[in-house]
Amino acid sequence: MSTPIVVEGLTKRFGSFEAVTDVTFTAPAGAITALLGPSGSGKSTVLRMIAGLEEPSAGRIVMDDEELTVKSVQERRVGFVFQHYALFRHMTVAENVGFGLRVRKQDKTVREARVRELLELVHMEPFADRYPEQLSGGQRQRVALARALAPAPRVLLLDEPFGALDAKVRQDLRRWLDELHRELGVTSLLVTHDQEEALELANQIVVMHEGRVEQVGSPGEIYDRPATPFVAGFVGAANVLHGEVVGGHIHLGSIRIPGAAQLPWGETLIAHVPNDDLVGVVEGDTIHVDLRNPKAFLVGSETSTERADVSART
Amino acid sequence: MSVVATPKVRRRGWLLAACLVWVGVLLLVPLVGIVITALEPGIHVVTQTLRAPDVIHALELTAVITAISVVVTALFGVVVAWVLVRQRFWGRSLLNATVDLPFALSPVTVGLAALVLFGPGGWLASFFESRGIQIIFALPSMTLVTIFICVPFTIREIVPVLEEIGLDEEDASRTLGASVWQTFFRVTLPNIRWALAYGVALTTARAIGEIGAVLIVSGLLQGKTETATLFIFRAYEERQVPAAYVVALLLAAVSVTLLVVIEFLRHRQERERSRT
Repeated sequence: MSTPIVVEGLTKRFGSFEAVTDVTFTAPAGAITALLGPSGSGKSTVLRMIAGLEEPSAGRIVMDDEELTVKSVQERRVGFVFQHYALFRHMTVAENVGFGLRVRKQDKTVREARVRELLELVHMEPFADRYPEQLSGGQRQRVALARALAPAPRVLLLDEPFGALDAKVRQDLRRWLDELHRELGVTSLLVTHDQEEALELANQIVVMHEGRVEQVGSPGEIYDRPATPFVAGFVGAANVLHGEVVGGHIHLGSIRIPGAAQLPWGETLIAHVPNDDLVGVVEGDTIHVDLRNPKAFLVGSETSTERADVSART
Repeated sequence: MSVVATPKVRRRGWLLAACLVWVGVLLLVPLVGIVITALEPGIHVVTQTLRAPDVIHALELTAVITAISVVVTALFGVVVAWVLVRQRFWGRSLLNATVDLPFALSPVTVGLAALVLFGPGGWLASFFESRGIQIIFALPSMTLVTIFICVPFTIREIVPVLEEIGLDEEDASRTLGASVWQTFFRVTLPNIRWALAYGVALTTARAIGEIGAVLIVSGLLQGKTETATLFIFRAYEERQVPAAYVVALLLAAVSVTLLVVIEFLRHRQERERSRT
């Protein structure tokens, strides 16, 4: 029933500015994939191109073995949830949810049954006759989700769906979305700048930075084996340490780590140490160092090739 | 609780009084003057005037010109406002400024411009004359100049509302499977309906009251190209002062009614806008 979303070489230029550069990934069928990155990283533009709201400058989008790139928004059958809900302010909750069925000329009885079913799903039945202005932010987003799901879309696209909500509501809604997704199993692509949200909700994470894909992987891979200094810095509250190679040793403040004989004297380095790895670390403890990527080696990686002694607090 | 007149409160009191006098003397006194003068000779003058064929024809002509102007400016107003807000193109700010041109031009100038185009020996005159279509000194030119003068009203009402609403709802509509037209009629139009109504009300008031431009292009053919305002103008000149006042009173009554309607619509629109 569900389909993967295949994105190949997607590029978007606004005038001379390239917002998205050669983005390629596959959002697996029935899973939640998070597009994670800071604001301005092009993740929302990717999502809007998949929905057809933005036209790509190059690249293609495939769903169900069908090339979507040339299709209109109307034909794509994607559900889209906006950060600011985008509910129709002149329609009731029920009319909002029924809109997608109505414009597709669905039979009234079918439509009403489907609206009821979805309002039940998002626990909003008592509010069917309310207007959006009479609802809280969390309630509005639940209505927006019901509205996006009503025409049975092939995939669900969520653009910072919890971004406008306060922390408590965001937590609740996140958990609730997780449960809902387990129940429905619709392929979902979630845009977020919140790494915690991505790690908690997603089966797969695509980390974006300055319009490019930095890394694609499971939350575990992204967290434990960041592929680039950016991913290491952005995912997980890592400590950034600046070091220098002196006589085959890496000097990080007062720490000296051996095993850098292959590196030239005076080479500077950046180390990322995830906070988790430092919890409870005391003098004399052993932590792991990955020296395969000398520009950005990581302290605390599972795949460490070298060990270093913590001789002082960092 | 006792109210103490602090200097600040006293100063505000003076300001309020000044405003009331300003509005009262400048706006209300003339209106009251018209009401009293028009009704003074007795009700039979009113009924007599309103039954005169010249008056009936003038009122009808004003109604026709106003109706056409309102429909045309409303239709094009929505289109132009939408394009101004939703599309980015070269010359957009020029178009934006041009829309306000009728505000800046004197209606008499507009009338003269129409003469240049359609008047005897005008640029476009022969084109229409050879096809037997009378433009100048007839309904078409009178409607045309009225439309020209009324162009900005609907546009200037709709633009800020469209800007404030943003694109999200229209985008949402399209992802839900609506066509461009369905999106316009089911989402965009309901969102701008009060702004549109407000623009229409302003256009109506302006079209009814127009005289300068219409005067120039009408040719002042009594009983043929004479609108209500032109009738008042002529009646006064010909010393039919009571008739002039009666028609003036009627126009004033329509305008005041429109004002009330406009106020009502403004409130509706503000309430609508406070929704998010």
